[in-house]
Amino acid sequence: MTLTGVNTKPGMKKPDRVSVLMSETYEVTLEELKHLVSERALSGETVLLNMGPQHPSTHGVLRLLLELDGEVIVNCVPDIGFLHTGIEKNMEAKTYEKAAVMTDRLDYLNTIGNVLAYSLAIERLAELDVPPRAQAIRVILVELQRIASHLVWLGTHALDLAAMSVFLYCFREREAILDILEMCSGQRMMTTFFRPGGLWRDVPADFELAVRRFLRSFPARIDMYHALLTKNPIFMDRTRNIGRINAEDAIRWGLTGPSLRGSGPSNDIRKTQPYSGYEQYDFEVPTGTNGDVYDRYLVRMEELRQSLRIIQQALDMLPVGPVRSNNRKYVPPPRAELGTSMEAVIHHFKLWTEGFELPKGAIYSPVESPRGELGVYLESDGGPFPQRVHWRTPSFVHLQALPVLSKGHLVADLVGIIGSVDIVLGDADR
Amino acid sequence: MSEDHLNKAIHTLKERFGLREAEIQKYPPALLVPAEQVIAVCQTLNDEFGFNFLSDLTASDYYPEQEPRFHAVYNLYSHEHNTRICLRVPLNGDSPTLPTVEVIYYNANWHERELYDMFGFDITGHSDLRRILMPADWEGHPLRKDYPLGYEEPQFTFNYDDIDRRKHKARYEEA
Repeated sequence: MTLTGVNTKPGMKKPDRVSVLMSETYEVTLEELKHLVSERALSGETVLLNMGPQHPSTHGVLRLLLELDGEVIVNCVPDIGFLHTGIEKNMEAKTYEKAAVMTDRLDYLNTIGNVLAYSLAIERLAELDVPPRAQAIRVILVELQRIASHLVWLGTHALDLAAMSVFLYCFREREAILDILEMCSGQRMMTTFFRPGGLWRDVPADFELAVRRFLRSFPARIDMYHALLTKNPIFMDRTRNIGRINAEDAIRWGLTGPSLRGSGPSNDIRKTQPYSGYEQYDFEVPTGTNGDVYDRYLVRMEELRQSLRIIQQALDMLPVGPVRSNNRKYVPPPRAELGTSMEAVIHHFKLWTEGFELPKGAIYSPVESPRGELGVYLESDGGPFPQRVHWRTPSFVHLQALPVLSKGHLVADLVGIIGSVDIVLGDADR
Repeated sequence: MSEDHLNKAIHTLKERFGLREAEIQKYPPALLVPAEQVIAVCQTLNDEFGFNFLSDLTASDYYPEQEPRFHAVYNLYSHEHNTRICLRVPLNGDSPTLPTVEVIYYNANWHERELYDMFGFDITGHSDLRRILMPADWEGHPLRKDYPLGYEEPQFTFNYDDIDRRKHKARYEEA
């Protein structure tokens, strides 16, 4: 074993890069995909069409193999993995605190939610307490991030359905949220602001003012989005009764979050298994009835308002106090203590050179991301490196329901359906 | 309510299938299930106890141990009772084989493809067993512990010449 925990046995065969580069490109034959398409595709009666991975409405690098009968989708075969970056493998070779940086690269629209899921898994395994102020700030930032993520979803979803101006308005409001994140962490997107045991540091003095300014201005903006889209006849024609799925099938296909709630079930992990003090806040979980693209749209629009409610309450009762746990086995001491306390120097040195060791055990810790259930399976062998980190990402699971949602619809409706399940390919491919 | 329900489910499974609890799992409570009983256990949990949602399916590699080398980890959730349960399936290193549960939980399809891709598990009865994240012609299974991470070895004075020679060979002689 080397220091990084990766076994490098002598004589083990390493992939030879040069020969990989020089070899011919491997192409998948129709023979290998035959079982995924209907008989009619083989006789040439239906057409096989490639969509993506560079198609703008696939929200990243999603490739779809479509079997078309005229303009109607007979079969749809999603092909993912173009954004695979081996984050799970890489995390196994890093200490727990260093691995937190990689969480931002998973779902790049919900960076703060990812690091929250990861920190919570560690805190639950280590039974580490988080101070109330840190929990409240976590909730505020995660809900702001949820709004930002929904704004990107709304903008791109509307853009796919040819409503250009909504996109511009949404990105304007998102900018205000990114400014708040930058004010706290110094970064607009890749923040890593939460750490196991609390926050990286306390929020700046004008944080509250900035959030309150956003809270004041945003409700009117939501009204504006509703005015632009909700009763717009073109938008309604293109979204109602498109991509329908009933509640039972949605659960079987693993849908969670707004994509599931559009079909009726009111399952929300913030309510069913509260974390970070969500049980203190009064908010509703909006649900739809038809389970079509339009209902999923309405659910997310209402979630914007509910997130505002949560932020308002969290901000009103924001406690004062520390923002990091004072358990020195996991959390480094404040900078000021290093000049006066030998113990603090030792802890600081140990934590930044070796990292902390988690007790042996495995845990599955789910949180509600803007897209649905974001679960972290974390397993520790008692050492400073994770034995296994697995991300149960909503986009990965939701994408496989795409064939069910899109069967029998027109190609033009497919872009609306992709938008309505709100996928992020960084989240799906990891 | 949900606590009672979970205990009842665990109790029934232990009696009916002779299962043991997995101590390594802190949350949710886990049972050790042999691979040949996975389908029956999932079916029971689904039909009798309302665990209608496969929330996650993954695995962990305990290399260099061989028996068992892997644990496949099923995380199930019941929407009705709001409770979670975990099944851990020990698999040996020589030919890890799992039966598919995609008939019960449709979304197991891609999770099982990921296990095949990343750990090299053979999923019997799977409808579409292809690689999912790695390219179709990829060799090896990246999440196995004996698969190298692929970073460069740091060059120090004691191994400088050794690494230099290897790099030169890979770059000019083998190409």
